[in-house]
Amino acid sequence: MQLIARFLTQPAAGAFLSFLGIILFYVLFGGVDLGNLAGAASWVNLAANLGIVAIPVGLLMISGELDISIGAMIPAGSMTTAILSGYYDLPIIVGMLGALSFGALVGLVNGLLTVRTSVPSLIITLGTLVAMQGIVLAGSVLVTGAASVPLAAPDWAKFLFGQLIGGSHQVVILWWLGFALLMGFVVHRTPLGNWLFALGGDKESARNAGIPVRGMTIGLFILSATSASFVGMCQAILFNSAQVSGGMSYIFNTVVSVVVGGVLLTGGFGSVLGIVLGTLTFAIVSQGIYFTDIDRNWSNLIIGATLLLAVLMNESFRKFALNYSPRKKARN
Amino acid sequence: MSDTTPVLELRKVDKSFGPIDVLHEISLKVRAGEVLCLLGDNGAGKSTLIKTLAGVHKPTRGEILMDGEAVTFDRPKDAADRGIATVHQFGGTFPLMSIGRSFFVGVEPTKGWGPFKIFDRKTANEIAVKAVRDFGITRIEDGDRLVGGLSGGERQSLAIARAVHFGARVLILDEPTAALGVKQAAHVLRIVGEARRRGLAVIFITHQVMHAMAVGDHFAVLIRGAIAADFRKGEKTREEITDLMAGGESMADLEASLDTYMENHEGHAPQPAA
Ligand SMILES: Nc1ncnc2c1ncn2[C@@H]1O[C@H](COP(=O)(O)OP(=O)(O)O)[C@@H](O)[C@H]1O
Ligand SMILES: [Mg+2]
Repeated sequence: MQLIARFLTQPAAGAFLSFLGIILFYVLFGGVDLGNLAGAASWVNLAANLGIVAIPVGLLMISGELDISIGAMIPAGSMTTAILSGYYDLPIIVGMLGALSFGALVGLVNGLLTVRTSVPSLIITLGTLVAMQGIVLAGSVLVTGAASVPLAAPDWAKFLFGQLIGGSHQVVILWWLGFALLMGFVVHRTPLGNWLFALGGDKESARNAGIPVRGMTIGLFILSATSASFVGMCQAILFNSAQVSGGMSYIFNTVVSVVVGGVLLTGGFGSVLGIVLGTLTFAIVSQGIYFTDIDRNWSNLIIGATLLLAVLMNESFRKFALNYSPRKKARN
Repeated sequence: MSDTTPVLELRKVDKSFGPIDVLHEISLKVRAGEVLCLLGDNGAGKSTLIKTLAGVHKPTRGEILMDGEAVTFDRPKDAADRGIATVHQFGGTFPLMSIGRSFFVGVEPTKGWGPFKIFDRKTANEIAVKAVRDFGITRIEDGDRLVGGLSGGERQSLAIARAVHFGARVLILDEPTAALGVKQAAHVLRIVGEARRRGLAVIFITHQVMHAMAVGDHFAVLIRGAIAADFRKGEKTREEITDLMAGGESMADLEASLDTYMENHEGHAPQPAA
């Protein structure tokens, strides 16, 4: 009992149950063969690409901010790489650094506007989202005359960023796992992580406690925009080309993953493990449906239902965690 | 006692927001091991006064002295660094953080080395739990509990214990008992007494005369931004203080006029001004 109670107080508990629940649902009602599903690459690839963006978006949400400009930063990252290293034939490293710097720059703008104005970051990043879409489309048509640019990356770059392990699993899966471990460590084991939760709990008190509130907020925006352009860069290297479109679905998908993952929309609560599990849940719902007898047109209904159930579960577990005290019974 | 230098002193402090004068010539002293009760009705300027002390607002005129030396606070952090700690009505400001984690926000204990310096959860929890228990709150045993799950009184006590632990010399409590039931309020009053015993200068803001009389050594009544009365323990009765807070009008008169009003308006009390 004690153990179950302890488990339920963890921020990732709801996400873990959602993850198990959706697998169980597909096995029971969709006739999914678990071995098949586990060996399949489609949902893991989706989870990895989404997950690299979902982690910083989730951390921003913990800090009390939102970033939807990532939807434009994924194509921005792949187009920058392809234009610099494909169209202009510069060394791939130039294209990669260009893509990452562009991400960092947009993140810096988002961060500065957020800390300098009282405009909510949802609106600010909505502005940069639309503006970046315009820049990427107009810029690429102006420079290359096309909305799609080919790129031939050298072997080392392919190996590191665009490899298909075993012919099916994208190498970004490893980047995602490494990133998750690193961020999990920073968020849950270091003082910096403690500052993040304080920031999301109450900005004013956090500032009074000497926490560099502005610096951290700007840093988080830089991290999320750069992560998005990193994903775009990897996709360009993998697919040998870049398109100006695509990426918009990531906005919706990261928010679903993060919220299913137990991050509180208003900030101050959440976990990296939860975000990872939320991302996996989302990926299994949307890709796992191809392994079931269920018509895939139903997948959005299942995503919506999962989201609502997960949110309700997270809500009640958080209440439980708030009131949980191991010796409560003995005292009253 | 009264010949020791006050830890904190205000000399003729005025505060206006543009054309609105909120505080007029406030002069106050608070010494170590003393509780100064600041009494006043809603809108009297209590919050503005403590925000000025906490570095949120700068005085328009007049000066603030610490240990007899003039100081200026540009930011709340400056006041905090000088040992002025403010505890707000709802105590813990990070309801979804654990006791240990919220206790050490900004000053986390670490273990390990270099980039692997990690937050020392065990030490943080132990110190935080010990600090509150030393203040007599023995119901708190688990540093992993979330602050939001504590009762109002426990949260106040945690915030006070935290301030004391980090070396606060002046403790400002903004209506700490206002939202609490009788038992919880008694709890907090005991903690206030304990903070005084440990030699802190305490400024206790309240509009509950009983609570003030239970712990106060020195009282100041604030009316429309000015000190209307300044007296020490035992110099005034509860009725006199209540009357002072009501703006000089005696409470008995007020009740009488209320009765007259009710008679003239078929038993309806006056509508509060919205
Ligand atoms: N920032 C401000 N700008 C203008 N007027 C203010 C400001 N802060 C407080 N006041 C005014 O000062 C008066 C005293 O307010 P306050 O200090 O909050 O009183 P109390 O805490 O005693 O209830 C009120 O009339 C309030 O409207
Ligand atoms: Mg007030």
